[in-house]
Amino acid sequence: MKEQVKHCACQCETDQEKLERIGQVIEEYKDKEGSLIQILHIAQGIYGYLPLSLQQFIAAKLDLPLSNVYGVASFYSFFSTTPRGENTIKVCLGTACYVRGGKKIVERLKNILGIEVGETTTDGKFTLEVMRCIGACGLAPAITINDQVFKQVNPDKLPALLEKYY
Amino acid sequence: MNNQKVVKVKTDADLLKIKKNHQERLNKYRYHILVCSGSGCISSNCDQVRDALLDAIKEQGLNEKVLVSATGCIGTCAIGPVMVVMPEGVFYSKLSPADIPQIVASHLVDGNIVTEKTYFDGKTGKYIPHLKDIDYFRNQVKIALRNCGNMDYASLEAYIGRDGYQALSKILSSMKPADVVAEIKKSGLRGRGGGGFPTGVKWEAGMNASGTEKYIVCNADEGDPGAFMDRSLLEGDPHSVIEGMMIAGYTIGANKGYVYVRAEYPLAVERLSNAIESARASGLLGTNILQSKFQFDLEIRIGAGAFVCGEETALMASIEGERGEPRQKPPFPFQKGLFGKPTIINNVETFANVPAIILKGGAWFADFGTSASKGTKVFALAGDINNTGILEVPMGVSLGDVVFDIGGGIPRNKRFKAAQTGGPSGGCITNQYLNTPVDYDSLIKLGAIMGSGGLIIMDEDTCMVDVAKYFLTFIQNESCGKCVPCREGTKRMLEIIERIPVKYSDDKDKKRDQLQRFKGVIHLQRLADVIRDTSLCGLGQSAPNPVLSGLRYFREEYDEHLFERKCEAKVCKELLTYEIDPEICNGCGVCLRKCPVEAIMGEKKQPHQIIQLQCTKCGMCFDSCRFEAIQVN
Repeated sequence: MKEQVKHCACQCETDQEKLERIGQVIEEYKDKEGSLIQILHIAQGIYGYLPLSLQQFIAAKLDLPLSNVYGVASFYSFFSTTPRGENTIKVCLGTACYVRGGKKIVERLKNILGIEVGETTTDGKFTLEVMRCIGACGLAPAITINDQVFKQVNPDKLPALLEKYY
Repeated sequence: MNNQKVVKVKTDADLLKIKKNHQERLNKYRYHILVCSGSGCISSNCDQVRDALLDAIKEQGLNEKVLVSATGCIGTCAIGPVMVVMPEGVFYSKLSPADIPQIVASHLVDGNIVTEKTYFDGKTGKYIPHLKDIDYFRNQVKIALRNCGNMDYASLEAYIGRDGYQALSKILSSMKPADVVAEIKKSGLRGRGGGGFPTGVKWEAGMNASGTEKYIVCNADEGDPGAFMDRSLLEGDPHSVIEGMMIAGYTIGANKGYVYVRAEYPLAVERLSNAIESARASGLLGTNILQSKFQFDLEIRIGAGAFVCGEETALMASIEGERGEPRQKPPFPFQKGLFGKPTIINNVETFANVPAIILKGGAWFADFGTSASKGTKVFALAGDINNTGILEVPMGVSLGDVVFDIGGGIPRNKRFKAAQTGGPSGGCITNQYLNTPVDYDSLIKLGAIMGSGGLIIMDEDTCMVDVAKYFLTFIQNESCGKCVPCREGTKRMLEIIERIPVKYSDDKDKKRDQLQRFKGVIHLQRLADVIRDTSLCGLGQSAPNPVLSGLRYFREEYDEHLFERKCEAKVCKELLTYEIDPEICNGCGVCLRKCPVEAIMGEKKQPHQIIQLQCTKCGMCFDSCRFEAIQVN
């Protein structure tokens, strides 16, 4: 399962092919009790986000009301219904990171990227999010870029850090 | 690390054979090097250190003499990457790949410890090479963390080599479920997730519940900000959690278990699923386990980022694929839990303790701790403290010992202000209570809770009004919205707190606003009572705790904000003014260039000035001034 959750590297895949892949995953999970959340994880991994059309597709395949799928997709913060940037920056705002200056990092990133939390830059490069504790409290303040953890981040060094992702 | 070949474990004799082989294999080596590969050290690039180590060992021709293992968290996250050279227990910290050739040549070839790369003790200003002499390790007692950092996390043989699955073999061959319950009861083990409910009593209820289909659930949705004990356990010793769950399954008559892990822990999910795979491949999970009639299997369910899912009924709803909203209790999970079947749900750390209790006996475990809180507790120490990381101490040690002896005190000679326990459901413990024994009941008396074990230390630069705001914002965001008191009540509380530092619009408003603010703070108490009494789940009921605890111990700080309009800790931006001291400023111009809103003016080499109306109080000038010419009032 963990392999499938990773983001798809092949840019050439069409939406139709992606849907087909998601369809296969659903077939695999269909008989397992209560696997909607796991399916949504994988679908988001393949498609990048969960637009309404995809939620409708999943609901139809699983024979669930759309309200059910939408209810779950909108409840959990990991699911996004809007397109995401190529890279996702998540700033930890757990207590340890907060008291050690996580707030400053958010402010600085907002400045650098020119977006608010939850938004994506116009060039589609970065999505900025905040997280509640990634468990790297010993290394506060921490941020993650595409699941790679950066420790003891100095706000002044952020531009250099982001440089690599352009 | 090791070449993972599939070992088959069909009988008790197989277990003993693997254990013996593993120990013999270890004995062949002169040195066994444990390289920490917990999440913390990974973000400090421990992989490169390990590769460098393997290269250097190969180069020196030491392959037959030195074994290198990647282990789970050793505990000292802030000084990673770290490694321990066994059997002497020499502890190297803050390593970089460049340090490795010297250590290999000097220590492993010539036997001379490279002192300047070993642990540096800030208190004495000396290097301390051996683990047994370092305060951080010396004062710990490791039961749940017994294997964490001591063995290759990925190796089933290593786990069996350290008595793994012996407890399972013991109960399957010689203990009835009721005997297991009796043993757990004797140990006095209480739930380590925060609630502190006696595990033995819970398991007994599960055992007696009627129904052929039952479930075991492991709660690894460690959502409290500041807590990372469960993550470290899953990453460093996944098999002990699996074994604990199997013992629980045998006891209550369940043959299926779920581990609910939060999505923020991808590494823990990966290592746990590998461990489950290898247990399955070896025959330890499945049917006819160790030639008995017992069958058991495990499945991982990944959360999707909702704090409330740490609450047991919400967690079960989430496993069922629903929105993670809590459900009414009773019926309790042991009566009607996951998929409507009797379910026993425990925390990761609780399960990790179980194999040790079964092997060494409940009485042995009960020797540690206090009369009502037995055993040890794992804490995650973070915030303004020198030694951040994971530690395990007997229940009942004083908070002061944890902070100053093990934790090494507060950095930069700042003053200790408070310790926050229990995350958003907990409270603060202040200076005058540093002698309080850390156990379930003493902490409740202080208005805090044990919680899952996150311990955030705050120094004098922390503003308690800001902390209250932080926790209320957290609860506001994470409230599932099912019941009104939590959804609306915390919002109103947050509004009151947010108003405290806001600027007066003019002199006329000053008096009225002051009164409003003061009344608001009085209302906080009443609101808190209603929220606590009428919320459905634990998250709601405990939501006001951080605010109440702040009001209880830091009332003067609130008053100072309200009436004197001052924030002593210089955190509440609205109450601060930044000024440049013309005596000190030499007009270097750094602040002028850094200021994002062009609120600083001045000629080159002449003292600069801040235009107060334009200043957004971002603090960039303060951070960038090298001459300490900028004053905050």
